[in-house]
Amino acid sequence: MPLVYRSALVAMLLSSVSLQAAELLNASYDVTREFYKDFNPAFVQYWKDKTGETVTINQSHGGSTKQARSVVDGLPADVITMNRSADIDILAQKGKLIPANWQTRLLNNSVPSASPTVFLVRKGNPKQVKDWDDLVRPGVTSVIPNPKTSGNGKYSYLAAWGYVTQKGGDAAKARQFVTELFKHVPVLDTGGRGATTTFAQREIGDVLVTFENEVYLLQKELGEDKYEVVYPSVTVLAENPVSLVDKVVDKKGTRKVAQAYLEFHFSPQGQALAAKHYLRPQVSEVAQPSFKKLHTFTVKQAFGSWTEAENTHFSDGGIFDQIYQK
Amino acid sequence: MASQKKKHLLPGFGLSLGVTLVYLSLIVLIPLAAVFLRTTELSWHEFWAVVTTPRVVATYKLTFGASLLAAVINLVFGLLTAWVLVRYQFVGKKILDALVDLPFALPTAVAGIALTAIYAPNGWLGQWLEPHGIKVAFTPLGVVVALTFIGLPFVVRTVQPVLEDFSAEAEEAAASLGANRWQTFYKIILPAIWPALLTGFSLAFARAVGEYGSVIFIAGNMPMISEITPLMIITKLEQYDYAGATAIAVVMLVISFVLLLLINLLQWWSNHRHGNK
Repeated sequence: MPLVYRSALVAMLLSSVSLQAAELLNASYDVTREFYKDFNPAFVQYWKDKTGETVTINQSHGGSTKQARSVVDGLPADVITMNRSADIDILAQKGKLIPANWQTRLLNNSVPSASPTVFLVRKGNPKQVKDWDDLVRPGVTSVIPNPKTSGNGKYSYLAAWGYVTQKGGDAAKARQFVTELFKHVPVLDTGGRGATTTFAQREIGDVLVTFENEVYLLQKELGEDKYEVVYPSVTVLAENPVSLVDKVVDKKGTRKVAQAYLEFHFSPQGQALAAKHYLRPQVSEVAQPSFKKLHTFTVKQAFGSWTEAENTHFSDGGIFDQIYQK
Repeated sequence: MASQKKKHLLPGFGLSLGVTLVYLSLIVLIPLAAVFLRTTELSWHEFWAVVTTPRVVATYKLTFGASLLAAVINLVFGLLTAWVLVRYQFVGKKILDALVDLPFALPTAVAGIALTAIYAPNGWLGQWLEPHGIKVAFTPLGVVVALTFIGLPFVVRTVQPVLEDFSAEAEEAAASLGANRWQTFYKIILPAIWPALLTGFSLAFARAVGEYGSVIFIAGNMPMISEITPLMIITKLEQYDYAGATAIAVVMLVISFVLLLLINLLQWWSNHRHGNK
């Protein structure tokens, strides 16, 4: 008898799946929760108006590299939305889940939004931190997550490096600068949110170096009167690329809706939602008066590619590791 | 055949052994074998290079050193706690008893965050310790604190039942034969609870070696100073270096296995000496 019930249940589940319209799984990184809580219902509505179909979008969040690994290891995500192209490249390299030229398939190298790395200081800016040079002054300490385990930390490191080279300094100067900078980092948290906690709750450090969107979220959460944003003279622009996971959408037959979901990121509505969550829209002319104009560079511009940056700086025995070798 | 069967008092030896082996294989051996297999992607030379880099070696020292220290602390205070819980009646004893198990139930990340909040320079305890030059959060000392916390229940829970079974008459007999308190403890009580103490110690130690969640919040994770080995493994995974991650995992497994084996041998030896009388 139980077997009968069970097979009936399985049949019911199967039929409900086939009857139900598409269901998408979006594998994303840690701090996009709030954004997709707004974005997904907007897309569901858009898709319903356009096709009459109901689509359900499920989210999976976690550290970006961990998420990419899960997809490589078989998490059936239809789309992947990350804060570093390297975490999507891995799907082509390790899993052969997507073509190597995935970035060419959507507008603006598949980057709908981006966020520069900026400084957050305590109210009144007691240490008078204005630019990167101030971070290596005696007595100034900064909180930066570990570049080995955090995309956020990698961007902060590369921003500091790029600050020196963009000003005309050579690699030796840049190396000296980041080495000095990390001597002023008392805690290396494993992720961006951990670093935020260390800075805000534990009151460690004078400066939190992190993404602009994280800074605004923090101010919204903890009160705008406790911290101040400082924009360095030049910084890195962290691009947030998106991609289909071809192998998964072809197997599930969800390519059409998944593609539409990604394209919705680039639509005026999607771009406006990004701006609402302090992510800088990259393609559409959304009115964005709240974003300060900045002198930024991308990882591609300053380092050739993420793979090159990764190999030189963050691989084992790379320049970051050498900082801590005595 | 018949004579062989006589050896086992309980029936079903073959079946139960079979089930045990299958169970252990599925739950323990096969996953561990997969870990070892994954490292075969590396040559012996590469393997050695990965597991002996100074930064990784520094993490072995911290992980195993702090775990041993935490287990020793738990050995002493766990015994004391078990003693108090068994021998004395007081108000709130039931609550205290239940409190001991909390580190088991609490998600370790929560423990880590709570401990960091307390021991950070602006925390309840941290603000008093800091002026005396004692830094706990974001130092190796913080690692010991976290590992002591998560290992607390083991010694208490292994020693408690043995103490409960231990009759007070034996102590009275010792006293009436002229033993002083220290002799009573050392010659009568300690031998009886020694195996349980060792078991609790090794459990607390093993638990501490593998701990990740609570430690990363309080450690500060500075290379060469306060990084633990499990963090090294995560770091490798973050770089998509599966083989390197499993190489370090294999080293951890081997060291843990050898240490636990030694503890078991010690237990077997002490059982032989004291027990079977």
